[in-house]
Amino acid sequence: MTTNSLNSVPVIELTEVTREFQIGTHVVRALDGINMTIEQGEMVAIIGPSGSGKSTLMNTLGCLDQPSSGSFVLNGQDVSRLSDNQLAETRSHQLGFVFQSYNLLPRETALSNVELPLKYSGGYSGKDRRAAARKALDRVGLSERYDHRPMQMSGGEQQRVGIARALVKNPELILADEPTGNLDTKSSGEVIQMLRSLNEVDGKTIVVVTHDPEVAEAMKRVIAFRDGRIVEDRLMTNSESPITKLNVDSSASDEASE
Amino acid sequence: MNAALLLSTALSSIGANKLRAGLTLLGIVIGVSSVIAMMAVGRGAQVSVTSRISDLGTDLITVRPGTQALRFAFFGGGGNSDVLSLADALALKDEVFAPDVRLVAPENSFSGAAIFGSENTFVSGVGVTAEYLEARNLTIAMGRNISNADVQNTSNVVVLGSETSESLFAQRNPIGATIKISGREFTVVGVMESQEGTIFNPDGSVLIPITTAHYRMNNGKGLIDSISVSSINVLATSESTVDDARTDISTVLRLRHELGVDDEDDFLITTQQDTIETLEGTQGTFVILLGSIAGISLLVGGIGVMNIMLVSVTERTREIGIRRAVGAKRRDILFQFVAEAVLMTFGGGILGVLVGWTIAYFGNGASVDGDIIETVIETHIAFIALAVSVAVGLFFGIYPAVRAASLNPIEALRHE
Ligand SMILES: Nc1ncnc2c1ncn2[C@@H]1O[C@H](COP(=O)(O)OP(=O)(O)OP(=O)(O)O)[C@@H](O)[C@H]1O
Ligand SMILES: [Mg+2]
Repeated sequence: MTTNSLNSVPVIELTEVTREFQIGTHVVRALDGINMTIEQGEMVAIIGPSGSGKSTLMNTLGCLDQPSSGSFVLNGQDVSRLSDNQLAETRSHQLGFVFQSYNLLPRETALSNVELPLKYSGGYSGKDRRAAARKALDRVGLSERYDHRPMQMSGGEQQRVGIARALVKNPELILADEPTGNLDTKSSGEVIQMLRSLNEVDGKTIVVVTHDPEVAEAMKRVIAFRDGRIVEDRLMTNSESPITKLNVDSSASDEASE
Repeated sequence: MNAALLLSTALSSIGANKLRAGLTLLGIVIGVSSVIAMMAVGRGAQVSVTSRISDLGTDLITVRPGTQALRFAFFGGGGNSDVLSLADALALKDEVFAPDVRLVAPENSFSGAAIFGSENTFVSGVGVTAEYLEARNLTIAMGRNISNADVQNTSNVVVLGSETSESLFAQRNPIGATIKISGREFTVVGVMESQEGTIFNPDGSVLIPITTAHYRMNNGKGLIDSISVSSINVLATSESTVDDARTDISTVLRLRHELGVDDEDDFLITTQQDTIETLEGTQGTFVILLGSIAGISLLVGGIGVMNIMLVSVTERTREIGIRRAVGAKRRDILFQFVAEAVLMTFGGGILGVLVGWTIAYFGNGASVDGDIIETVIETHIAFIALAVSVAVGLFFGIYPAVRAASLNPIEALRHE
């Protein structure tokens, strides 16, 4: 288990970040002066009502979007003014993104989906890519599903492929925008267990957007949004979260802890 | 993304929708194969015309009355037909003024119906001297040639083209027979070998002495030297002296016609090389025309590729978003879509070359309306066609690819 080390740079540091969208003559301020620091090894839930700016924040953190103003420092590097190519590089090297709707390539196998990020970063032979993809799939407990296509897997399995893809380059930071939004309670539990394990065993910094209070309570810190602003930011005191207590019997977590 | 990965990604995307890719490819296949086939036919026509002209002998030079303005009217006699006389022809035999001339064969022409018994046929007649056969690379199959004595005596003797002979006599021996041409009686003294397939086919003609043609057939007057000739066939001493011979002829004729320094030639000298070049030029235009028509179908094929690529970009918006989200740069997306377009057109190009070659191969010797089609397969055309199909892929693939690459990743991911 990783603890916050005071002498290391924060993974995420947002200062007065705003993001505005122009719709006709109307300006929507989706992020309205966000100040937020997330240290290495944290596991953070972002909650808030619909339209409060959670996804906008995640897109910014995921380097898919850039703030209208303010600064975003990722692992010590200011990424708020990077070029499109540099943003792509940052996405490729510094973080993994997990989506609500999995976003797997439907025609490709699990293995090939997980290989995808490696194809865009160079320096990997086909063999290296497959080895890394297998390792990531093993890590999320999908050793039996290498050659399955998305349609041949359950939602929970597909989301674990999504997590494996986020993991495959071994980034410091994993971002997940409503990763359990499309899942039933059981699969949802498996996915959260997986993310917890990545945080606790592998020391990854994890930021999860969720509507589900149970998911939020499984995290170590909860940040609440409303109207593009942070309205609450608290650390969870109980080390044993409800989901851990439930002890969801998931093969994923069993294999993962091997 | 490196080139190998790019290709395999593009290939697997194409493979994902085989029917669509196949139909798109078909447009290019049709375009390229028609280019290849058309060019093969065009070049075949060109080569066969050239070889038929060369059959006449490349040392042949033709002198006709006329000015430079009429140069391109090969077959019709332009100009004032009285300009060239038999005396001019004789003067070209001068060893001092025209050392590069080996043989001179003047001719004039007439036409009329040839009749034997109940058979009759229309003939184009040539008034000739003994040298005509050699100049025109013709041979006697039966009997004898027109002799210079026949010319001197204005004899009513005739040598038949093989077709004329067949029309009038069928399988019978015509030698010694008397036929009527335009009402005058002629004794058949010889029959020419058939020259089927050559460009100036003499099979349907008859040869008579040039004097007979002038005085009897054309009702000409005057002394023998003043007989006007429609053209003079000249053989140079060798192929390499054709140009010298041309200069000789020009010098002699200008002197005889008393042309001043500023006067234009009143005669036209055409070497076989000139004829070949001019015909090749005309045929070149024809080949370009055929090629362009075929090229248009390639263009249409290219538009088909663009259309499909645009559809594909829209359909695969989400895939593009996913790729961008996991680290693909704009240029990775751009290259992927361009690679897909180029692979399709290149594949179509290769198939098209194979199909075009097959058509050209089996089309060689085919007969259309009695004309034998000859085809010439040229490898460089295949390479050009392939290069063009790659260019078509690049050209028509670039716009859809730019559209794909410029998609905003977030919006692309949200796309249903
Ligand atoms: N591309 C865009 N163009 C215009 N407005 C946008 C755009 N993206 C987001 N918004 C607006 O910004 C605000 C925040 O949207 P966002 O998607 O971040 O909300 P959210 O918290 O993720 O909501 P949900 O819980 O429903 O996913 C909304 O009012 C939304 O309409
Ligand atoms: Mg959202």
